Amino acid sequence: MSDSSSNPDYTKQGAAASGAIDRSMRAPVVLFAAAGVFWLLVGTLLALITSFKLHTPGFLGNWEWLTYGRVRPAYTTVFLYGWATNAGLAVGFWIMARLSRNVLQRGTILNTAAVFWNVGVLVGVAGIFFGDLTAREWLEMPGYAAPILMFAYVLIALWVVLTFQYRNSKYTYVSQWYLLAALFWFPAIFGTAQLMAVYAPARGVLQEVVGWWFAHNLYALWLTPIGLASVYYLLPKILGKPVHSYYLTSVAFWSYLVFAGWAGMHYLAGGPVPAWIISAGVTGALLVLFPVFIIGINHHRAMAGSFGMLRTSPALRFTYFAAVAFTTVSVVAAIAAFRGVKEIVHFTYFTDGLMQWGVYAWFTMAMFGALYYLLPRVLQRAWPSPTLISLHFWTSAAGIGLYVFAMCVGGWIQGLQMNNPEAYPEFVDITRNTLPWLVMASLGGLLLFVAHVAFAIHCLWLLLRPETAENRSMLTAEPKTMKVAAK
Amino acid sequence: MNRLLVIVIGILLTIAFCWTGIVFSSYVQLGGLEHYEDEATGEFYPPPRAGIAQRGQKVYQELGCVYCHSQQVRRPGYGSDQDRDWGERQSVSRDYIGDRTILLGVRRIGPDLMTVGERQTSRDWYHRHLYDPRINTEGSAMPSYRFLYEERRIEGEPSGRALDLPEGHRPSDGYEIVPTSRAEALVEYLLSLRLDYDLPEVPTE
Ligand code: HEC
Repeated sequence: MSDSSSNPDYTKQGAAASGAIDRSMRAPVVLFAAAGVFWLLVGTLLALITSFKLHTPGFLGNWEWLTYGRVRPAYTTVFLYGWATNAGLAVGFWIMARLSRNVLQRGTILNTAAVFWNVGVLVGVAGIFFGDLTAREWLEMPGYAAPILMFAYVLIALWVVLTFQYRNSKYTYVSQWYLLAALFWFPAIFGTAQLMAVYAPARGVLQEVVGWWFAHNLYALWLTPIGLASVYYLLPKILGKPVHSYYLTSVAFWSYLVFAGWAGMHYLAGGPVPAWIISAGVTGALLVLFPVFIIGINHHRAMAGSFGMLRTSPALRFTYFAAVAFTTVSVVAAIAAFRGVKEIVHFTYFTDGLMQWGVYAWFTMAMFGALYYLLPRVLQRAWPSPTLISLHFWTSAAGIGLYVFAMCVGGWIQGLQMNNPEAYPEFVDITRNTLPWLVMASLGGLLLFVAHVAFAIHCLWLLLRPETAENRSMLTAEPKTMKVAAK
Repeated sequence: MNRLLVIVIGILLTIAFCWTGIVFSSYVQLGGLEHYEDEATGEFYPPPRAGIAQRGQKVYQELGCVYCHSQQVRRPGYGSDQDRDWGERQSVSRDYIGDRTILLGVRRIGPDLMTVGERQTSRDWYHRHLYDPRINTEGSAMPSYRFLYEERRIEGEPSGRALDLPEGHRPSDGYEIVPTSRAEALVEYLLSLRLDYDLPEVPTE
């Protein structure tokens, strides 16, 4: 059995076919990606406001709709459902189409889905600003936005089924397994959460159990499998060598699906819920390290000996950054789930640091990598400016690095002080001591803002660039262009 | 084709496994939790919240207070909740069954509010705090909720509900600051946040 490495795209003949597939996917991929980039900009702006408000509580404080408790959920919603999901879908559809080796069938379904999904997000975010938020983390959109999103999702699922129906390939590749997993997990968690935490809130703390089960799995079993599909597809493709050990890869896939769903319960540590729920969470967070290590070894072994290509391929650079972040965030999350460590970091900024480590340093960077790879192919024109790519990479890497560092270290200190009422009897002192860290996090946010503006401008430039033969030929010459930029 | 089917069925099984293990099991254990009736007095615990406090909870939800405040007291020995005077006993599942929306919170940018109604008992204090947190606590990082208050020209007698504000925070002469009905509901809700009753399952020491 083979995986994406023995993909016939590697032969000349296959390459032609994949060019046709790419061109056929243009409309839906560009629609989802453009919507994603739009939301990315909106989300970054909201994230900055949120971040500033923490150290400067009076900032934009006179309007109810801009109060901290509205901007913050609006930002996470825009980021998760606007940016991350749109980007993930663009990448996922493209990989699906490539691996099923058939040009786009029934593209209208996808285009319609793109419209509905984004109208749903818009309605949801507007609802949050108007005060209809559920105040349940990552599920903040008011109940009336969900049916629109669900409708879009039904269209998406329909298209995926049709794509499998019409595929021209005998195999089901690793990336497809992960995409299928995401495809089925999302409606299961979203539906359960809408039902038990929004429409007919379950009794008492049960809604919190459901809420955190959802929030964690939105990351672990919706975004992460899409990210993994992308890494599994792109690494071998860019490096031109196979993924190691088919057997281990499938062991990792199944054990990831079995364990990952349990790990979110640590958010309730020490809380008013039965102790077994938290133990299940800790156990899940630990056991999930087993597949994470296999996946890590898979990816890092593929990289061995090819590190030089990091300089020449922007897609690889982002993708590898993401892969490293995936391994590290999973390890840190498992450590942080332990009772003793959790006692320190629970209720602190550490939580936010870890969330962004996963959602940004891992997933978002993976999506950037994939978009750098697929957009020029789908549009049949090369990225116009290696400088903008470099700017994007370094500002986003430094920005997220600074943010995560500030939140994790600042949060750790905050936790130690909170647990030491003798030395820190006054709560305001603890809050005040977090200020330098919050300012540092805001600086990280500013860097990310620069990164995203650079990326958005570059995407627009690419889109408006004419599709000429010269432009197309540069596609294959991409590494050389980058080398010029690197010096 | 067969392989695909195996994968799909496998994925569905992992979903069923996790859903049963967490969602359904919790439902079985927690879904039927009832109020506790004190045989001696005939009172039910947790005590129901007054209508205005329930409306206040809605305001608490709409304004996203949960992003900075938790509502849970952990057991002694885990964290410092009780040493910080955030409650005399730990909170348990049953304490939460009376409300439609439960917001336990995962951040303590501000103090825990599970028992704030026992710590702060003055309505005026709450209104000043919401109007401008820096009146009660110098250097507070909490945002002001001034938009929950109305600045009005005093016509005839000043309103009995007007805020009693210290020097430097008062409106100009001839004006007064009056809470809106949402501010009043929110304060009633905060006042109702108490854990001053016992439940059989709570370990007493
Ligand atoms: C940006 C974070 C933030 C938000 C949002 C926030 N608070 Fe606070 N809150 C704080 C901080 C920090 C303190 C501690 C300093 C102080 O007492 O002012 C605090 C203190 C309090 C206190 C006093 C607690 C005590 O033990 O004395 C109450 C009551 C309170 N907040 C209620 C609210 C309500 C109600 C909301 C929503 C309308 C809210 N807070 C929103 C940060 C926040």
